[in-house]
Amino acid sequence: MSLSERLHPGINLAGTDPESHEAAEEVLFGFWIFLMSDLVLFAVLFATYAAMSVQGIAEGPRPAEVFDLTAAFVETLLLLFSSFAFGFAMLEMKYRENRRGVLLWLLLTGVLGAAFVGMELHDYYVMITQHAAPPQASGFLSAYYLLTGTHALHVSSGLVWMAIMAVQVAVVGFSTPVKLRLMRLALFWHMLDVVWIGIFTFVYLFGVAS
Amino acid sequence: MSNRIPADMPPSEYEDEGRERRSYVVGLVLALVLTTAAFATVWLDLLSGGAALAALGLLALIQAVVHLRYFLHIDLQRSHRDDLLLILFTVLILLIMVSGTIWILYDQHVRMMP
Repeated sequence: MSLSERLHPGINLAGTDPESHEAAEEVLFGFWIFLMSDLVLFAVLFATYAAMSVQGIAEGPRPAEVFDLTAAFVETLLLLFSSFAFGFAMLEMKYRENRRGVLLWLLLTGVLGAAFVGMELHDYYVMITQHAAPPQASGFLSAYYLLTGTHALHVSSGLVWMAIMAVQVAVVGFSTPVKLRLMRLALFWHMLDVVWIGIFTFVYLFGVAS
Repeated sequence: MSNRIPADMPPSEYEDEGRERRSYVVGLVLALVLTTAAFATVWLDLLSGGAALAALGLLALIQAVVHLRYFLHIDLQRSHRDDLLLILFTVLILLIMVSGTIWILYDQHVRMMP
Protein backbone atom coordinates (compact mmCIF):
# COMPACT_ATOMS: atom_id res chain seq x y z
CA MET A 1 0.00 0.00 0.00
CA SER A 2 1.38 3.40 -0.81
CA LEU A 3 0.63 6.97 0.08
CA SER A 4 -1.69 7.28 -2.90
CA GLU A 5 -4.51 5.80 -0.80
CA ARG A 6 -5.06 8.84 1.30
CA LEU A 7 -8.41 9.14 2.96
CA HIS A 8 -8.30 12.56 4.57
CA PRO A 9 -6.26 15.76 4.73
CA GLY A 10 -3.36 15.74 7.17
CA ILE A 11 -0.89 12.94 7.81
CA ASN A 12 -2.19 9.62 6.50
CA LEU A 13 -1.14 6.28 7.94
CA ALA A 14 -1.91 4.23 4.83
CA GLY A 15 1.57 2.80 4.37
CA THR A 16 2.57 2.17 7.95
CA ASP A 17 -0.55 1.35 9.97
CA PRO A 18 -3.53 0.34 7.78
CA GLU A 19 -5.75 -0.39 10.78
CA SER A 20 -5.45 3.07 12.31
CA HIS A 21 -5.66 4.52 8.81
CA GLU A 22 -9.13 3.04 8.30
CA ALA A 23 -10.28 4.22 11.72
CA ALA A 24 -8.99 7.72 11.04
CA GLU A 25 -11.27 8.58 8.14
CA GLU A 26 -14.49 9.56 9.88
CA VAL A 27 -12.82 10.75 13.09
CA LEU A 28 -10.71 13.22 11.18
CA PHE A 29 -13.56 14.36 8.96
CA GLY A 30 -15.54 15.13 12.10
CA PHE A 31 -12.60 17.09 13.45
CA TRP A 32 -12.43 19.09 10.21
CA ILE A 33 -16.06 20.09 10.76
CA PHE A 34 -15.11 21.34 14.23
CA LEU A 35 -12.13 23.23 12.79
CA MET A 36 -14.35 24.93 10.22
CA SER A 37 -16.88 25.97 12.89
CA ASP A 38 -13.97 27.36 14.91
CA LEU A 39 -12.94 29.28 11.82
CA VAL A 40 -16.43 30.82 11.72
CA LEU A 41 -15.84 32.13 15.26
CA PHE A 42 -12.57 33.73 14.17
CA ALA A 43 -14.15 35.16 11.02
CA VAL A 44 -16.79 36.99 13.04
CA LEU A 45 -14.12 38.37 15.36
CA PHE A 46 -12.11 39.48 12.29
CA ALA A 47 -15.20 41.21 10.88
CA THR A 48 -15.81 43.01 14.18
CA TYR A 49 -12.18 44.05 14.31
CA ALA A 50 -12.25 45.27 10.69
CA ALA A 51 -15.16 47.57 11.48
CA MET A 52 -13.84 48.70 14.87
CA SER A 53 -10.25 49.39 13.83
CA VAL A 54 -11.47 52.00 11.33
CA GLN A 55 -14.60 53.42 12.94
CA GLY A 56 -14.05 52.63 16.60
CA ILE A 57 -10.93 54.59 17.47
CA ALA A 58 -12.83 57.12 19.66
CA GLU A 59 -10.38 59.08 21.86
CA GLY A 60 -7.93 56.17 22.01
CA PRO A 61 -4.68 55.59 20.08
CA ARG A 62 -4.65 54.52 16.43
CA PRO A 63 -3.42 51.04 15.40
CA ALA A 64 -0.14 52.36 13.99
CA GLU A 65 0.69 54.03 17.32
CA VAL A 66 0.45 50.91 19.47
CA PHE A 67 1.60 47.98 17.30
CA ASP A 68 5.15 46.66 17.40
CA LEU A 69 5.81 45.03 14.03
CA THR A 70 9.12 43.49 15.10
CA ALA A 71 7.37 41.59 17.89
CA ALA A 72 4.63 40.50 15.48
CA PHE A 73 7.28 39.25 13.03
CA VAL A 74 9.07 37.22 15.73
CA GLU A 75 5.73 35.78 16.91
CA THR A 76 4.95 34.79 13.32
CA LEU A 77 8.27 32.96 13.04
CA LEU A 78 7.78 31.21 16.42
CA LEU A 79 4.37 29.89 15.40
CA LEU A 80 5.56 28.90 11.92
CA PHE A 81 8.52 26.90 13.24
CA SER A 82 6.28 25.38 15.89
CA SER A 83 3.89 24.18 13.19
CA PHE A 84 6.84 22.83 11.21
CA ALA A 85 8.19 20.94 14.25
CA PHE A 86 4.82 19.31 14.76
CA GLY A 87 4.97 18.05 11.19
CA PHE A 88 8.23 16.27 11.99
CA ALA A 89 6.75 14.82 15.20
CA MET A 90 3.99 13.31 13.04
CA LEU A 91 6.52 11.83 10.58
CA GLU A 92 8.43 10.32 13.50
CA MET A 93 5.16 8.78 14.74
CA LYS A 94 4.13 7.53 11.32
CA TYR A 95 7.37 5.93 10.17
CA ARG A 96 9.21 4.90 13.34
CA GLU A 97 6.76 4.93 16.27
CA ASN A 98 9.74 6.22 18.16
CA ARG A 99 8.54 7.58 21.53
CA ARG A 100 11.69 9.55 22.25
CA GLY A 101 11.73 11.15 18.81
CA VAL A 102 8.06 12.13 18.97
CA LEU A 103 8.41 13.50 22.49
CA LEU A 104 11.45 15.59 21.55
CA TRP A 105 9.69 17.13 18.53
CA LEU A 106 6.57 17.72 20.64
CA LEU A 107 8.72 19.41 23.28
CA LEU A 108 10.21 21.72 20.63
CA THR A 109 6.70 22.45 19.30
CA GLY A 110 5.47 23.20 22.81
CA VAL A 111 8.41 25.43 23.74
CA LEU A 112 7.97 27.49 20.57
CA GLY A 113 4.21 27.72 21.19
CA ALA A 114 4.74 28.78 24.79
CA ALA A 115 7.27 31.40 23.67
CA PHE A 116 4.63 32.71 21.26
CA VAL A 117 2.03 33.06 24.02
CA GLY A 118 4.63 34.65 26.30
CA MET A 119 5.53 37.25 23.66
CA GLU A 120 1.88 38.08 23.11
CA LEU A 121 1.34 38.61 26.83
CA HIS A 122 4.41 40.85 26.83
CA ASP A 123 2.90 42.80 23.91
CA TYR A 124 -0.28 43.32 25.93
CA TYR A 125 1.77 44.45 28.92
CA VAL A 126 3.71 47.00 26.86
CA MET A 127 0.55 48.30 25.17
CA ILE A 128 -1.31 48.73 28.45
CA THR A 129 1.53 50.22 30.50
CA GLN A 130 3.41 52.30 27.92
CA HIS A 131 0.84 53.24 25.29
CA ALA A 132 -2.20 53.64 27.56
CA ALA A 133 -4.05 51.16 25.38
CA PRO A 134 -6.11 48.87 27.64
CA PRO A 135 -9.12 46.98 26.21
CA GLN A 136 -11.62 49.51 27.60
CA ALA A 137 -10.01 52.51 25.87
CA SER A 138 -11.88 52.13 22.57
CA GLY A 139 -13.88 49.79 20.37
CA PHE A 140 -10.76 49.19 18.29
CA LEU A 141 -8.79 48.01 21.34
CA SER A 142 -11.66 45.89 22.69
CA ALA A 143 -11.88 44.11 19.34
CA TYR A 144 -8.08 43.77 19.16
CA TYR A 145 -7.75 42.11 22.57
CA LEU A 146 -10.78 39.91 21.89
CA LEU A 147 -9.44 38.65 18.56
CA THR A 148 -5.80 38.11 19.53
CA GLY A 149 -6.81 36.92 23.00
CA THR A 150 -9.12 34.27 21.55
CA HIS A 151 -6.27 33.09 19.34
CA ALA A 152 -3.83 33.04 22.29
CA LEU A 153 -6.38 31.06 24.34
CA HIS A 154 -6.62 28.54 21.51
CA VAL A 155 -2.84 28.21 21.40
CA SER A 156 -2.73 27.83 25.19
CA SER A 157 -5.37 25.10 25.17
CA GLY A 158 -3.39 23.45 22.37
CA LEU A 159 -0.37 23.49 24.69
CA VAL A 160 -2.37 21.80 27.47
CA TRP A 161 -3.62 19.23 24.96
CA MET A 162 -0.03 18.70 23.81
CA ALA A 163 1.16 18.07 27.39
CA ILE A 164 -1.63 15.50 27.86
CA MET A 165 -0.68 13.81 24.58
CA ALA A 166 2.99 13.72 25.61
CA VAL A 167 1.99 11.83 28.78
CA GLN A 168 -0.17 9.45 26.74
CA VAL A 169 2.65 8.78 24.28
CA ALA A 170 5.07 8.14 27.15
CA VAL A 171 2.70 5.91 29.13
CA VAL A 172 0.44 4.20 26.57
CA GLY A 173 2.62 4.37 23.49
CA PHE A 174 1.27 4.43 19.95
CA SER A 175 -2.11 2.74 20.16
CA THR A 176 -4.69 3.67 17.53
CA PRO A 177 -6.60 6.14 19.76
CA VAL A 178 -3.38 7.92 20.75
CA LYS A 179 -2.32 8.20 17.13
CA LEU A 180 -5.70 9.60 16.09
CA ARG A 181 -5.58 12.15 18.92
CA LEU A 182 -2.12 13.28 17.86
CA MET A 183 -3.33 13.61 14.27
CA ARG A 184 -6.22 15.81 15.38
CA LEU A 185 -3.94 17.92 17.54
CA ALA A 186 -1.67 18.37 14.52
CA LEU A 187 -4.59 19.64 12.42
CA PHE A 188 -5.64 21.98 15.25
CA TRP A 189 -2.11 23.33 15.57
CA HIS A 190 -1.63 23.89 11.83
CA MET A 191 -5.05 25.57 11.63
CA LEU A 192 -4.11 28.03 14.40
CA ASP A 193 -1.09 28.99 12.32
CA VAL A 194 -3.40 29.68 9.36
CA VAL A 195 -5.56 31.92 11.58
CA TRP A 196 -2.41 33.76 12.67
CA ILE A 197 -1.67 34.60 8.99
CA GLY A 198 -4.94 36.53 9.06
CA ILE A 199 -4.03 38.24 12.32
CA PHE A 200 -0.55 39.40 11.36
CA THR A 201 -1.81 40.61 7.98
CA PHE A 202 -5.18 42.19 8.75
CA VAL A 203 -4.41 43.39 12.27
CA TYR A 204 -0.71 44.27 12.44
CA LEU A 205 0.35 44.97 8.85
CA PHE A 206 -2.94 46.62 7.78
CA GLY A 207 -2.90 48.63 11.00
CA VAL A 208 0.54 50.05 10.32
CA ALA A 209 0.21 50.37 6.52
CA SER A 210 -3.09 52.25 6.45
CA MET B 1 17.08 13.95 13.38
CA SER B 2 18.63 10.59 12.58
CA ASN B 3 19.02 9.61 8.97
CA ARG B 4 19.57 5.91 9.50
CA ILE B 5 17.22 3.59 7.66
CA PRO B 6 15.58 1.07 10.00
CA ALA B 7 16.25 -2.48 8.83
CA ASP B 8 12.57 -3.39 8.78
CA MET B 9 11.45 -0.39 6.75
CA PRO B 10 10.67 -1.18 3.11
CA PRO B 11 12.37 1.09 0.58
CA SER B 12 9.02 2.43 -0.67
CA GLU B 13 8.18 3.72 2.81
CA TYR B 14 11.54 5.36 3.08
CA GLU B 15 10.87 7.19 -0.18
CA ASP B 16 7.43 8.16 1.08
CA GLU B 17 8.95 9.62 4.20
CA GLY B 18 11.50 11.57 2.19
CA ARG B 19 8.72 13.00 0.07
CA GLU B 20 6.61 13.98 3.07
CA ARG B 21 9.59 15.54 4.79
CA ARG B 22 10.43 17.55 1.68
CA SER B 23 6.82 18.71 1.56
CA TYR B 24 7.12 20.23 5.04
CA VAL B 25 10.45 21.87 4.17
CA VAL B 26 9.03 23.34 0.95
CA GLY B 27 6.05 24.65 2.92
CA LEU B 28 8.32 26.22 5.52
CA VAL B 29 10.52 27.93 2.91
CA LEU B 30 7.53 29.28 0.96
CA ALA B 31 5.88 30.50 4.17
CA LEU B 32 9.10 32.24 5.25
CA VAL B 33 9.46 33.98 1.88
CA LEU B 34 5.81 35.11 1.86
CA THR B 35 5.90 36.32 5.47
CA THR B 36 9.13 38.24 4.90
CA ALA B 37 7.72 39.77 1.72
CA ALA B 38 4.61 40.92 3.60
CA PHE B 39 6.56 42.53 6.45
CA ALA B 40 9.12 44.01 4.02
CA THR B 41 6.28 45.67 2.10
CA VAL B 42 5.36 47.62 5.22
CA TRP B 43 8.84 48.07 6.73
CA LEU B 44 10.44 49.36 3.54
CA ASP B 45 7.35 51.27 2.37
CA LEU B 46 7.48 49.45 -0.95
CA LEU B 47 3.84 50.25 -1.63
CA SER B 48 1.38 52.66 -0.10
CA GLY B 49 -2.34 53.09 0.37
CA GLY B 50 -4.70 50.73 -1.37
CA ALA B 51 -1.95 49.02 -3.37
CA ALA B 52 -0.17 48.00 -0.14
CA LEU B 53 -3.37 46.59 1.36
CA ALA B 54 -4.17 44.67 -1.82
CA ALA B 55 -0.64 43.23 -1.98
CA LEU B 56 -0.76 42.23 1.71
CA GLY B 57 -4.14 40.58 1.28
CA LEU B 58 -2.88 38.66 -1.74
CA LEU B 59 0.27 37.52 0.10
CA ALA B 60 -1.87 36.34 3.04
CA LEU B 61 -4.16 34.40 0.70
CA ILE B 62 -1.21 32.70 -0.99
CA GLN B 63 0.36 31.86 2.37
CA ALA B 64 -2.90 30.38 3.66
CA VAL B 65 -3.03 28.16 0.57
CA VAL B 66 0.62 27.17 1.11
CA HIS B 67 -0.15 26.17 4.72
CA LEU B 68 -3.24 24.21 3.66
CA ARG B 69 -1.32 22.45 0.91
CA TYR B 70 1.99 21.64 2.60
CA PHE B 71 1.14 21.43 6.33
CA LEU B 72 -2.49 20.28 6.23
CA HIS B 73 -2.00 18.19 3.06
CA ILE B 74 -5.11 19.36 1.25
CA ASP B 75 -5.01 18.84 -2.49
CA LEU B 76 -7.33 18.07 -5.37
CA GLN B 77 -7.21 14.29 -5.01
CA ARG B 78 -10.56 12.61 -5.47
CA SER B 79 -10.55 11.16 -1.94
CA HIS B 80 -10.20 14.65 -0.52
CA ARG B 81 -13.13 16.19 -2.34
CA ASP B 82 -15.42 15.99 0.71
CA ASP B 83 -12.96 17.87 2.87
CA LEU B 84 -12.20 20.38 0.15
CA LEU B 85 -15.92 21.02 -0.39
CA LEU B 86 -16.37 21.46 3.36
CA ILE B 87 -13.55 24.02 3.42
CA LEU B 88 -14.75 25.86 0.33
CA PHE B 89 -18.33 26.00 1.64
CA THR B 90 -17.04 27.36 4.96
CA VAL B 91 -15.03 29.97 3.08
CA LEU B 92 -18.20 31.01 1.22
CA ILE B 93 -20.10 31.38 4.52
CA LEU B 94 -17.18 33.31 6.01
CA LEU B 95 -17.04 35.71 3.07
CA ILE B 96 -20.78 36.40 3.33
CA MET B 97 -20.58 37.00 7.08
CA VAL B 98 -17.42 39.10 7.00
CA SER B 99 -18.31 41.27 4.02
CA GLY B 100 -21.90 41.62 5.27
CA THR B 101 -20.75 42.71 8.72
CA ILE B 102 -18.22 45.21 7.39
CA TRP B 103 -20.73 46.63 4.89
CA ILE B 104 -23.57 47.03 7.39
CA LEU B 105 -21.39 48.50 10.13
CA TYR B 106 -19.79 50.91 7.67
CA ASP B 107 -23.23 51.99 6.47
CA GLN B 108 -24.40 52.49 10.08
CA HIS B 109 -21.26 54.48 10.80
CA VAL B 110 -21.83 56.80 7.84
CA ARG B 111 -25.45 57.39 8.90
CA MET B 112 -24.44 58.12 12.46
CA MET B 113 -21.94 60.84 11.49
CA PRO B 114 -23.20 64.34 12.28
